[in-house]
Amino acid sequence: MAAPEVVAPPLVAADDSRGRFGDSFFRTLTLAAGILIFGILALVSLYLIIESLAAITASPDKLSSGQPFWAYVAPIALGTLMCATIAIVLSTPVSIAVALFISHYAPARVSKPVGYVIDILAAIPSVVFGAWGMTTFGPGLVPFYTWLSQVCAPIPGLNQVFGTASTTGRTLLTASIVLAIMILPIITSQCREIFIQTPRLHEEAALALGSTKWDMIKATVFPFARNGIVSAVMLGLGRALGETMAVTLVLAPGILTANLIGVGNMTIPAEIALNYPEAFGMRQSELIAAGLILFVITLGVNMIARWIVSRYAEFSGAN
Amino acid sequence: MATNVIENGARANVLSSNTLPRWASAACIAGSAAASGLIFALAGWNTPLFAILAALLYLAAWTILNAAVRGGRHGSNAFWATLVWVAFFLALVPLVSIIWTVVSNGVRGLTTFGFLGSDMTGITGVQDQAAAAGQAGVLGGIQHALVGSLLITLVATLISVPIGLLTSIWLVEYSRGSWLARLITFLVDVMTGIPSIVAGLFAAGVLMTYFNLIGGGYSGGKQVMGFTAAIALSVLMIPVVVRSTEEMLRVVPNELREASYALGVRKWRTILRVVIPTAISGIASGVTLAIARVAGETAPILLTAGMATSTNWNVFKGWMMTLPVYIYQQLMRPTAPSAPDPSTQRAWGAALVLILIVMGLNLIARAIAAAFAPKTSGR
Amino acid sequence: MSKRIEADDVDIYYGKFKAVEGVTMTIEPRSVTAFIGPSGCGKTTFLRSINRMHEVIPGAYVDGKITLDGDNIYDPGVDPVTVRGLVGMVFQRPNPFPTMSIRDNVLAGYKINGRRLAKSDADDLVERSLRGANLWEEVKDRLDRPGSGLSGGQQQRLCIARTVAVNPKVILMDEPCSALDPISTLAIEDLIRELKEDYTIVIVTHNMQQAARVSDVTAFFNIEGTGKPGKLIEMGPTEKIFSTPDVRATEDYITGRFG
Repeated sequence: MAAPEVVAPPLVAADDSRGRFGDSFFRTLTLAAGILIFGILALVSLYLIIESLAAITASPDKLSSGQPFWAYVAPIALGTLMCATIAIVLSTPVSIAVALFISHYAPARVSKPVGYVIDILAAIPSVVFGAWGMTTFGPGLVPFYTWLSQVCAPIPGLNQVFGTASTTGRTLLTASIVLAIMILPIITSQCREIFIQTPRLHEEAALALGSTKWDMIKATVFPFARNGIVSAVMLGLGRALGETMAVTLVLAPGILTANLIGVGNMTIPAEIALNYPEAFGMRQSELIAAGLILFVITLGVNMIARWIVSRYAEFSGAN
Repeated sequence: MATNVIENGARANVLSSNTLPRWASAACIAGSAAASGLIFALAGWNTPLFAILAALLYLAAWTILNAAVRGGRHGSNAFWATLVWVAFFLALVPLVSIIWTVVSNGVRGLTTFGFLGSDMTGITGVQDQAAAAGQAGVLGGIQHALVGSLLITLVATLISVPIGLLTSIWLVEYSRGSWLARLITFLVDVMTGIPSIVAGLFAAGVLMTYFNLIGGGYSGGKQVMGFTAAIALSVLMIPVVVRSTEEMLRVVPNELREASYALGVRKWRTILRVVIPTAISGIASGVTLAIARVAGETAPILLTAGMATSTNWNVFKGWMMTLPVYIYQQLMRPTAPSAPDPSTQRAWGAALVLILIVMGLNLIARAIAAAFAPKTSGR
Repeated sequence: MSKRIEADDVDIYYGKFKAVEGVTMTIEPRSVTAFIGPSGCGKTTFLRSINRMHEVIPGAYVDGKITLDGDNIYDPGVDPVTVRGLVGMVFQRPNPFPTMSIRDNVLAGYKINGRRLAKSDADDLVERSLRGANLWEEVKDRLDRPGSGLSGGQQQRLCIARTVAVNPKVILMDEPCSALDPISTLAIEDLIRELKEDYTIVIVTHNMQQAARVSDVTAFFNIEGTGKPGKLIEMGPTEKIFSTPDVRATEDYITGRFG
């Protein structure tokens, strides 16, 4: 059979200048979008810095607290760090365990639905977490806090951390636990991805040597995933630092205190959310400056996470 | 071991001498639960404490049993396996609690007549006092918040998707790993980490500055509008869209691009007609997830669109309510501070609606990804 | 319809790495030319430079002159898209567009380019191209089904139909049968013999029997060692290359002493 005698005109000759123009136009268009992202970020940083300068350099008597800016921002920055750190400490072991459950322990039929369940947890809006923490979870913790406060009362040190218990349960520890639940799916899904990538050959080699499952995990999964776990935790920390609504709703704000189960403490995002809508002038600059500090902190945490991820990518040999 | 003979005279399998029978684990669970139950039956019942004690007892008993019968290594194996299982159930507790709280509290609000079809216009403390005292039904609804959420999310999507899509196309198809590509990838990473409240501060501030400029130093509060909120949400949404689209474009096999080039097709047409259609299901599901994420955002909207009591269809003028902010407002600033119950009921009703929307979007995203995935060739 | 290809001292690079050096050859119209040689010797690279597909890879470029009936395809004013319209290509693994039906795959060159074809012309073109690729009888009842639902051999013939449909002068084939079973391979080889009536065909193959079966002319490429560029060692009528080659390395390769 002979090849077809094609009726249609050849493609080339016609397509032409219009086609060529299409190529360069589309290329420029996509590049412009990329540059726009650069522009947006530059604008964000520039705006935050310029608006903050007024508050950072202002004399104390012009500020709402009557103190220098740093004296105003330090306690809420510390509160933010405390809240996020406790959340991370609580969330990390559970997240890693749940990730291990999905990747290595759950029966095959179960592990996929469990993955969905974790995704559902990730999808719940933060304001719902906040509402739950404020109305259900916080009050539910009050008996526990009261008991904890009594038990710890005679122990020096602990009676500072677990001092007089709040009667509403809307304390920093409650906020931290709610944050821990919120970042659990983030850390879990990241860890799961990495645990699954553990080279099958290493695992089988360990099992063939007579290891128990836990020995095998200790010998192969954890060393392989170590950097990945660290970066997952850092990403979770970044999210916890920036989380606003859950803390705003859960925490009954007050001055900085070491007492985790009593009234007190504040975080930067909650401070902004509570006060910005009514703020103007210098107060507004003050809050924007606090936002800048928050931005810098989360940026630092995220950069460390990315750095670890990139180092990890170089050494894993997975790519 | 050879003495280990069972009734019918057959020798027991030597290899199974250090194993526990299948029912051992179940028996251990039952025993721990019974012991814990007994203690709390005597000391006064408390479900959470019962569960905690039962888990601890099981952990100890199962570890010791394994260590005794099968050796220390198996003891620690059993210990950690139990902890992993417990952690999983522990993670389920808040999920179940949250869903239960929202559903059980929200159904009453949601099923109140006019909840979806009316807004808060004219609803003051007086009506709520009456409702709380049982003299009238709970009035007011979430129409304005639904409209606001819908419009703001829509505008944010219209801004973010083209920018995100085009950026990822540039990164994957054109950048060829240049320094600019690395810079933009890095900036997208940075953008992913912007706290949502900072995005709100930025959008509110930039538009206020703009209105200050054109209004001769006085913005007149014109920056408080739905569009400002959409900009704030876009700042959060763009990096999510870029990342998910980038991932999807990268898995389109190069063979398809080359096949198209070899037919004498220009690059831009190849991208639009071959690459994107192949990746479209992944892109669409990524965009849907991004929409679901920003639809639940509260903080940035609080700073940009404010709160409203009546329905506003104009994104470019006037304050606008959204569902998350509505929930926040009803809980934190009840309409009648002395009788907060009607507000709480409305808040939970709105929370139920919000969760249904977000879950629905997630389901849609999954369905898109599963149903429209291109059939991979029959190799 | 078919055109003569002449290469004059062509060097091909991947960034700083020179992959192919100093290739000079003439490929006659209406003939099948086979490129053989060990892996990494540059035969696929050279093949891809004949329709300017080589430069699709970041950093890759070609130095030298390749002409189609006397027109240099690497002249600065030449648009690679024009060249690819004249020189079609069939790839190692069948790669029909997964989002398109069989019919749309055949028309892909027009559809993607946004060219309108009258329905009757399009139907005509689809049938003729599929007939030309010996695939019409097998798929005529399911033209609207996805192309990826076909078997590997059918997919490869669909890709050939797609290439034929845009009316090229030259068809390049990069190991078109390496992913196929023997029966499908036979079908493709028959097709190649038919296609040479109308096109200049260049085929890269690892299968020496295949080269002997289908080609009129055989070119042997070789490489001195890793990191060195590949070179054209010997080119001549297939019977001669397979019976009395001039170069020792060619004989060693063909008789299976290395490679």
